[in-house]
Amino acid sequence: MTENRDITIETAEAAQERAAATPAGEDKSRPTSPVCGHKCKFITRNVNVFYGEKQAIFDVSLDIPDRSVMALIGPSGCGKSTYLRCLNRMNDLIDICRVEGTFLLDGEDIYSGDIDPVLLRARVGMVFQKPNPFPKSIYENVAYGPRIHGLARDKTELDEIVETSLRKAALWDEVKDRLDAPGTGLSGGQQQRLCIARAIATRPEVILMDEPASALDPIATARIEELIDELKENYCIVIVTHSMQQAARVSDRTAFFHLGRLIEEGPTEQIFTAPREKQTQDYITGRYG
Amino acid sequence: MANSHIVKAFDRELQELEGDIIRMGHLAADELENALVALRKRNPELAEQTILKDREVDQLEHQIEERAIQLIARRQPLANDLRAVVAAIKVAHELERIGDLAKNIARRVITLAQEKPPKPVKKNLKRMGKLVLAQLRGILQAYEKKDADLAVEIWRHDEEVDAAYSSLFRELLTYMMEDPRTIGLCAHLLFGARNLERIGDHVTNIAESVYYVATGERLDEHRPKGDATSRILPAYSGPLDEVDEDEDEAGGEA
Repeated sequence: MTENRDITIETAEAAQERAAATPAGEDKSRPTSPVCGHKCKFITRNVNVFYGEKQAIFDVSLDIPDRSVMALIGPSGCGKSTYLRCLNRMNDLIDICRVEGTFLLDGEDIYSGDIDPVLLRARVGMVFQKPNPFPKSIYENVAYGPRIHGLARDKTELDEIVETSLRKAALWDEVKDRLDAPGTGLSGGQQQRLCIARAIATRPEVILMDEPASALDPIATARIEELIDELKENYCIVIVTHSMQQAARVSDRTAFFHLGRLIEEGPTEQIFTAPREKQTQDYITGRYG
Repeated sequence: MANSHIVKAFDRELQELEGDIIRMGHLAADELENALVALRKRNPELAEQTILKDREVDQLEHQIEERAIQLIARRQPLANDLRAVVAAIKVAHELERIGDLAKNIARRVITLAQEKPPKPVKKNLKRMGKLVLAQLRGILQAYEKKDADLAVEIWRHDEEVDAAYSSLFRELLTYMMEDPRTIGLCAHLLFGARNLERIGDHVTNIAESVYYVATGERLDEHRPKGDATSRILPAYSGPLDEVDEDEDEAGGEA
């Protein structure tokens, strides 16, 4: 896309081209997974991740279908979050972390030299466990991404993006009269939806969620889950969760990680009613491993 | 056996649920056994007792259902636990039906106490009763041990029950044709045999549940459904044949 890999500000033309080209998703060349038969957004093969000497992920190969929700489950320290962070190269930010293996996003190797990680993270957005709005106004939280990526030509367009994103995140009606109020002043659930609005403002193709509802009450959790259901119409969503019930409720496919290995992956209805592997069964039913 | 849950109360509740099913199953089997003994010995007192026993079976069904609902509400069981809880509700329902059918057989004993069934019928009915009872006790064992192989074996064995029913059906028809005075008795015996055959079907339903709990897969192969009585017509040639032509007249006279 660009010669200079360190570039952080996309040109307006390039961004609009990308935004125009990607959401349609009618990419005929997109490979079909040999595992699940779906059109895949991500194909990952033989992934090994090391933190210094310690290996955190062992030879994981996983296909992630587009326009669906993939849940990653497993006990703490099983590598699911580490794997998730590989998908938008967040692990690049950790000095001692080394990632091996193939990650293809629409057939394109995201670890190749031609990929700018900052642009990649606009395509593969992320929402964290703890809502982390910028200490700025609600408006600025959402407008920041589109602005630095040059997605809007003028103020009117930017206003539009902010409104659309907040609407998609089911937050607009609650904040439309106080867009200048600080984002940190919202409730936990609202802050998390603000972070989702911020993630979708850059028109990503994939949204990664690392326990997006674990700090929220049941009502706010239900709102987020409803939102996930709506977003999957247009996005590929990968969610890490510790709640079996949540994984069962929101996901189409579920992958179970244990001690850095992918133990089992399959349709959610199968994983939660008749898992093939005993380790999976022991984990989801709350038994000693 | 599966290893234990981290939450011990969960294990205990599942065990209690399964214990109730076993208890209910043996109560229903005892009920059937007594109904059959009462039929054979023409013992109306035993039949009365058997009918009363059915209440306990019904009560256990409610208790099992309540336990299962509590388990779902409080533990949100998944995977094999979920299958076990759902199966418990289904199996309890099948056992309740089995109890009802056994009660129905016992009721006929009270009506039939004075009558003497033809010897060969008595023998064949006893054989069929034994077969069904063995199927029922067997499936309870398969449930207790979560033994999918045994469940499949019992499931296949239902063919024999169906064959026994078909042959009793033919036999009773023959008696009724030979001597219309036996029609009342034979009709009751026929219903009794029919009840036994239905119990066999409920046993195969339980076998399917046991298989699902144990393996997570459906036993959806075509079951050897052998009730061929719908295709059996009495082979008859005699004076009644001529009645056909006079049907309208006969109707007019009545």
